[in-house]
Amino acid sequence: MTRRLDKSVFIAVAAFGATLALAPASPASAAWEPTRPVEFIIPAGTGGGADIMARTIQGIVSKHNLMKQPVLPINKSGGAGGEGFLDVKGSAGNPHKIIITLSNLFTTPLATGIPFNWKDLTPVAMLALDEFVLWVNAEKPYKTVKEYIDAAKAANGTFKMAGTGSKQEDQIITEAIQKSTGVKFIYIPEKGGGAVAVQLVGGHVDSTVNNPNEAVSHWRGGKLRPLCVFDGKPMPYKDPIAEGKSWADIPVCKSQGLNMEYLMLRGIFTTPGATKDQVDFYIDLFKKVRATPEWQDLMKNGAFNQSFMTGDEYVKWVAAAEKEHHELMKAAGFLAK
Amino acid sequence: MEEIGNLFHGFSIVLQPYNILLMVIGIVLGVIIGVLPGLGGANGVAILLPLTFSMSPTSAIIMLSCIYWGALFGGAITSVLFNIPGEPWSVATTFDGHPMAQQGKAGEALTAAFTSSFVGAFFAIVVITLVAPLVANFALRFGPAEKFGVYFLAFCSFVGMSKEPPMKTVAAMMIGFALAAVGLDEMTGQLRLTFGFTHLLTGFDFLIAVIGLFGIGEILLTMEEGLHFKGRAAVINPRIVLQTWKELPKYWITSLRSSVIGCWMGITPAGATPASFMSYGIAKRLSKNGRNFGKGEIEGVVAPETAAHAAGTSALLPMLSLGVPGSPTAAVLLGGLLIWGLQPGPMLFVENKEFIWGLIASMYLGNVVGLIIVLTCVPIFAAILRIPFPIIAPIILVFCAIGAYSVNNSSFDVMMMMVFGVLGYLLKKCNYPLAPLVLAIVLGDKAEEAFRQSLLASQGSLAIFWSNGLVSTIMALGLIALFWPLISEAWNRVRSLATAA
Amino acid sequence: MNEKSEAAGATGPSHRMAEVGLTVLMIVFALIVIGGSLQVGIGWASDGPRAGFFPFYCGLFVFAASIFNLFAAFSVDARAGLFAEWGQLRQVLSVVVPSAIYVAIVPWVGMYLASALLIVVFMVWIGRYSLILALAIAVPVMIATFVVFERWFLVPLPKGPVEAYLGY
Repeated sequence: MTRRLDKSVFIAVAAFGATLALAPASPASAAWEPTRPVEFIIPAGTGGGADIMARTIQGIVSKHNLMKQPVLPINKSGGAGGEGFLDVKGSAGNPHKIIITLSNLFTTPLATGIPFNWKDLTPVAMLALDEFVLWVNAEKPYKTVKEYIDAAKAANGTFKMAGTGSKQEDQIITEAIQKSTGVKFIYIPEKGGGAVAVQLVGGHVDSTVNNPNEAVSHWRGGKLRPLCVFDGKPMPYKDPIAEGKSWADIPVCKSQGLNMEYLMLRGIFTTPGATKDQVDFYIDLFKKVRATPEWQDLMKNGAFNQSFMTGDEYVKWVAAAEKEHHELMKAAGFLAK
Repeated sequence: MEEIGNLFHGFSIVLQPYNILLMVIGIVLGVIIGVLPGLGGANGVAILLPLTFSMSPTSAIIMLSCIYWGALFGGAITSVLFNIPGEPWSVATTFDGHPMAQQGKAGEALTAAFTSSFVGAFFAIVVITLVAPLVANFALRFGPAEKFGVYFLAFCSFVGMSKEPPMKTVAAMMIGFALAAVGLDEMTGQLRLTFGFTHLLTGFDFLIAVIGLFGIGEILLTMEEGLHFKGRAAVINPRIVLQTWKELPKYWITSLRSSVIGCWMGITPAGATPASFMSYGIAKRLSKNGRNFGKGEIEGVVAPETAAHAAGTSALLPMLSLGVPGSPTAAVLLGGLLIWGLQPGPMLFVENKEFIWGLIASMYLGNVVGLIIVLTCVPIFAAILRIPFPIIAPIILVFCAIGAYSVNNSSFDVMMMMVFGVLGYLLKKCNYPLAPLVLAIVLGDKAEEAFRQSLLASQGSLAIFWSNGLVSTIMALGLIALFWPLISEAWNRVRSLATAA
Repeated sequence: MNEKSEAAGATGPSHRMAEVGLTVLMIVFALIVIGGSLQVGIGWASDGPRAGFFPFYCGLFVFAASIFNLFAAFSVDARAGLFAEWGQLRQVLSVVVPSAIYVAIVPWVGMYLASALLIVVFMVWIGRYSLILALAIAVPVMIATFVVFERWFLVPLPKGPVEAYLGY
């Protein structure tokens, strides 16, 4: 008995010693490099757009060996993502932590009043922008935005719009549509984009503003019909998806009389107080990620707007987006009291 | 029979040695994940997802779905042995599984749990194979009102049956509902009951409450009664599996009923956890041994395990055909499909036949392989109870803490778990029922959400819960379940009057 | 130990006292919930209940049921039974106190070290095992845990200064 125990103690001590010996072996190069696994915070639940993007990045980094240390995606979705933002805000001086953002970077603090602002974080890069498309059930007669708006007007306030969460991007867009057309919708919040799309397929609601990748499979299955995209210009993807139509064939909402543009940030931030070296490392990493075929596939499948920004340009964009959200949410009465 | 042909083609893919190896690896990893509380199937699947990039999608989904099966099996182990549910859907398994272990029948309880899991999952796979397209269309009929109906039904079939004083049941249940309400209100985007305390943003997670109330509470109760497990006298005999098998066919009605309940709850988007509670509640009411439920009745293990697995399996179908995940694990799997360039949705069944039938075939084989692996380990698991309590107890505490931490990566949750632990001890000593509290935390916010979504859609009219045949039927069933004790009593009286006359 | 509990002379807090204490706790909880619900609005707006509607009524139910339970507890004879013997409670506290300290220090010293410490303290103090045996179990268990969580499943657990020194 004692002999066996001695042996296990020995193994334990040996293992401990081995770790000690390996630890200080860090290369003496000038540029900063992560020395520990990088925590990749996702301020949203598993299976959503941000989650899928973060996990794809994790896969790309490990498959192409873009970094010596692994990436660890961690979901912190509590309080509409507030939990994740507060976590990164509270990790000042720890450069081994980055966060992927969606519009809740602005909407969550504005709607709930939690003590957080994007300026608390260090901006790294904009990876892409997510599009929003106006979808209706394919069995419904309306084929253009005008027919749809007329039908909504005729329904006299009983038209239902489903979207993800409350006082977040989907509801902001809904508010803007109401404003620009004078139609009144009933907004029904759901937990995730997939559930929103299914409610529309099942005929429980009349329209949605799903992101392309949340609804594309139902479009291909002939259940949903896109009416317009809330972007300044049509999407560039020309491969046919359904009935010979491609993403590029979807008209922009402005041209259809719906005066609204909205794009959602898929960007990266890191902890407060990160140095330029550290930010540059991550920028370089994401440049490499964007060059891989896997990333290109993700962009094409989700019909993303592939804008990429860093540095001042990125900061300016985010500041402008925050102002815009503040105005939109103020007009809709969504600000926390 | 095109489906049968497809299925056999699927088997031929799955039976390649490489894929069988992946299957075994997946199951073993899954069991480990299921055993360690807090390390959910979602972790395992998420972490291995990037590793699967270099495999074909079919091989990858075989391995990942086998982790899912393994986790389903593994959740029962700690429930039975230590009263700690490794996964949410094994909570109901503790009700009778742990008393059985305390009576020295851990081997029987585990065998019953594993076998029932297998039966439930197998039933669900057959349903998927035969009626996949029908099921997908049926799931589409579930709007907010119908969803609320399903939660209502699950709740009604479980409550109103405890031995504890009714006012204590009410208090426990309402505490559960109140805890479920803490955090962000999904309907208005407002924070509620957080009192400016940012740790409460996430609310009270069900798993943390359960690990505390059941797991820690049980350790405290054991300490009070002396420093040993009651179940250490467990007979460890490899033949225990066969002996238990001889007994199980007696409960075929319970198995069948639980399988049906499980499939129903998996296809409607309620999920495995409510399914297990509902099945347990109904079995308790309908079984002739109902009075002994909670004291170590093998039927009380069969019912929730069968239903949980039938639900967990059938939930994969709406996920694949509609793209709506039924659980965090399923959500990550769904993300995996996208990463591999497959789009979940109706077209998946048309365009990626090889993938779908490979998956379905792997469900059949994965469950068989899983059953064999876990059953051979039953004596090993039962032997864990022989480890002296002062050694195993702190290790259990540590794993409870790790489990509580990894739900939200929050140290605050670890403290909450400890508070729940002391609370669980006090509540149990003062004769408060814990099960309604836990069920209220699971169903509370979902039911409230569905209720309020329905009222938004109907502009405040409650008539929406009786607005079509489907929702009316579900609600009526719920009411019958709620008033079942009264109904059965009235029925007995009528019968006795009739015989007297 | 169990069979002794009915023996004469065993002392401890009465069951009534425990019941009353627990009910008072629940009443406090109910009042907090009711207060929090009032803050966010408990009304029934045109489109269904507001954010505080459900928690408010849950709080109210807890309150009412607890008042009932309070009276029920008082109506029981004070000498009717013991909640537990002092000796038993000491046993329970001997787990609660180290565990409470454990969960409190986890954020500071990290999960691994704190856990190893808990196992050692528990085995030596309660189980009366030798320190060597306790270490021989605690250290390998935590190293195995480290490998499983940090290396295999990449689940980062709280780490303290020791892990930081080792480069994690």
